[in-house]
Amino acid sequence: MAKLSIAEALREAIREEMRLNERVFCLGEDIDVDGGFGGAFTVTLGLSKEFGHERILDTPISEIMIAGAAVGAAMTGMVPIADVQYGDFLFCMMDQLANNAAKMTYMSGGAIKVPMVMRAPVGATTRGAQHAQSLEGFFTHIPGLKIICPSTAYDAKGLLKTAIRDNNPVVVFEHKLLYGSKGNRAEKSALSPVGEVPDEEYLIPFGKGVVRREGRDITIVANLLMVYRSLEAAEILENEGISVEIIDPRTLVPFDYDLVIESIKKTSRLIIVEEDTRTNGWGAEIAAQIAEIGFYYLDAPIVRVASYDVPIPFAPVMENFVVPSAARIADAAKKLMKS
Amino acid sequence: MKATKEKILSMYKQMFLIRNYEDKIYFMFLEGIMPGTIHQCQGQEACAVGMLFDLSKDDYMTSTHRPAGHCLAKGVSLDSMMAEMFAKSTGCCKGKGGAMHTGDISVGALPAIAITAGGMPVAVGVGLSCKMRKTDNVVVCFLGDGASNEGAFHESMNAASIWNLPVIFVCENNLYGASTHITQVIKIENIADRAAGYGMPGEVVDGNDVLKVNDAATRAIVRARNGEGPTFLELKTYRRRGHSRNDSCGYRDKGEEKEWLEKDPLTICKNYILKNNLGTVEEIDSLEKEVLKSIEAAVEYAKSSPSPAPEEALNNVFY
Ligand SMILES: Cc1ncc(C[n+]2csc(CCOP(=O)(O)OP(=O)(O)O)c2C)c(N)n1
Ligand SMILES: [Mg+2]
Repeated sequence: MAKLSIAEALREAIREEMRLNERVFCLGEDIDVDGGFGGAFTVTLGLSKEFGHERILDTPISEIMIAGAAVGAAMTGMVPIADVQYGDFLFCMMDQLANNAAKMTYMSGGAIKVPMVMRAPVGATTRGAQHAQSLEGFFTHIPGLKIICPSTAYDAKGLLKTAIRDNNPVVVFEHKLLYGSKGNRAEKSALSPVGEVPDEEYLIPFGKGVVRREGRDITIVANLLMVYRSLEAAEILENEGISVEIIDPRTLVPFDYDLVIESIKKTSRLIIVEEDTRTNGWGAEIAAQIAEIGFYYLDAPIVRVASYDVPIPFAPVMENFVVPSAARIADAAKKLMKS
Repeated sequence: MKATKEKILSMYKQMFLIRNYEDKIYFMFLEGIMPGTIHQCQGQEACAVGMLFDLSKDDYMTSTHRPAGHCLAKGVSLDSMMAEMFAKSTGCCKGKGGAMHTGDISVGALPAIAITAGGMPVAVGVGLSCKMRKTDNVVVCFLGDGASNEGAFHESMNAASIWNLPVIFVCENNLYGASTHITQVIKIENIADRAAGYGMPGEVVDGNDVLKVNDAATRAIVRARNGEGPTFLELKTYRRRGHSRNDSCGYRDKGEEKEWLEKDPLTICKNYILKNNLGTVEEIDSLEKEVLKSIEAAVEYAKSSPSPAPEEALNNVFY
């Protein structure tokens, strides 16, 4: 067992898969320039020492090319891991991801596979509106893309390895405040959870969530940073006699509905917490699905706690207001218990 | 070109302001009293001042993730710039924008666009608007060397050219896109050569000499105002500090650093003034003091300004 940060766990996953399969390679901006940052959040730092700059490919600032080249390479036998410095720049890549990556297999009648990984950091960190967005909602809406969002080091390694071996395009959302990036790239007010990661190889299947905390009264489904905010809220609520169960779905496409259903059979109340904006977000889809297949287990309306429907503002007082806090989650839970 | 005494002193003053504004912010940032992140422009002052000095507030400017010099030179008020850095409601974006999005449309400074090359298509639209509204206004579009590898660059250059738009593309080539040296990502020596592919004049200029920049700017502006179309200027320059906060520049060659740090645009300008008897040491001293005082005053203004109410975040989504 080693204790790793999420950035380190992701790096180890890439390293292991690159050792096992010489077709696996990384491409992105500033991902391992000598003397540089190792990507915006240090995930790929030092990998070129072992694999060389031919397999750790520093690109020009050309997002359309990065995403499109990943598609082309993946279609023809390579396994690219593409990197974008901030999730917001996925919008620059949108055509390649939505029109090419997601549709190739289908348009070819199943003849072509696109085994690529697209890694993207999300989350608000007082950098302003163009370096802050959570984009799960956009991407879960595109048929043909798998979407994962690891919130612990253990999950980061196991899920990324599965993503690299998957024969489909997988988008990985990683949270800036969870990486545990060090040195010059450390984040102010980061949570940076460090977790036990086994030395022996393991994979985590997609579509299997985990219960982060057991409880009786309310089920909370939350991803990435919101898992930790919800755990904090659960402590507050415990003191007030409200027992919360917290589910981290770990992957959004596919999604583990069974786990949520099992939980609400016990709690009969559901809150979905997301950092993405509320309207038409992934939480809306979960709410709709549970309303269809789990309505009779519920004693109260399904509640969503999400970022307000605004771009992320710069000022910390406003940013903290827009993104769900533990207090806001706890308030929603208290209100739900009264309804 | 020979500048008048008044003009060269005024350009020097603006450059000195930008340098000291950035330095002040750098130290306050290190002290931890300022939120967010910073991308600073020390070393590139002559680019901003030389390009923008002769424009009116009815002319436009688009900027990048490194906008402070551009904004100050375009006339965004020092107080409102500083207040934005402190995330105050008196900031030029009311605390909603931050360091990467400063601007003030009332002086023609669009809020800076931090998506690399993201400002270029917008500049085309602004140029189109200036032309369609039959004004003689122009738009200066700043970009980095790294930005010239984006798809948006190609589409914007082409459109500005075919429509003869009054856009001046200003590529500040500081040799790096973040940690990546230009030779790793561009096969040609001069980015200005790319302009020929669009049928647009392209020119390489010493970006650390404010007079040379201003001279090239004058010609490009005349061309744009006369409806003769866009110009591409490549200003060779260097950033004196890191790409963003806490960057020790481990990827830079120390010899290259030393060589460029010696070509300080402020020193070059000051020497020119003294050598050509366009100002005395005393005159320069006194305008420097004035600038430093105004920066201290801006810090006081920013510190004593109110923070926005949290709920203010919900306003301005729609006009
Ligand atoms: C579309 C997009 N990709 C990547 C980035 C991250 N990024 C910010 S600045 C920068 C380097 C830009 O280099 P250059 O255009 O030369 O400008 P400079 O920083 O040198 O002023 C990068 C890669 C971004 N902001 N937007
Ligand atoms: Mg540059």
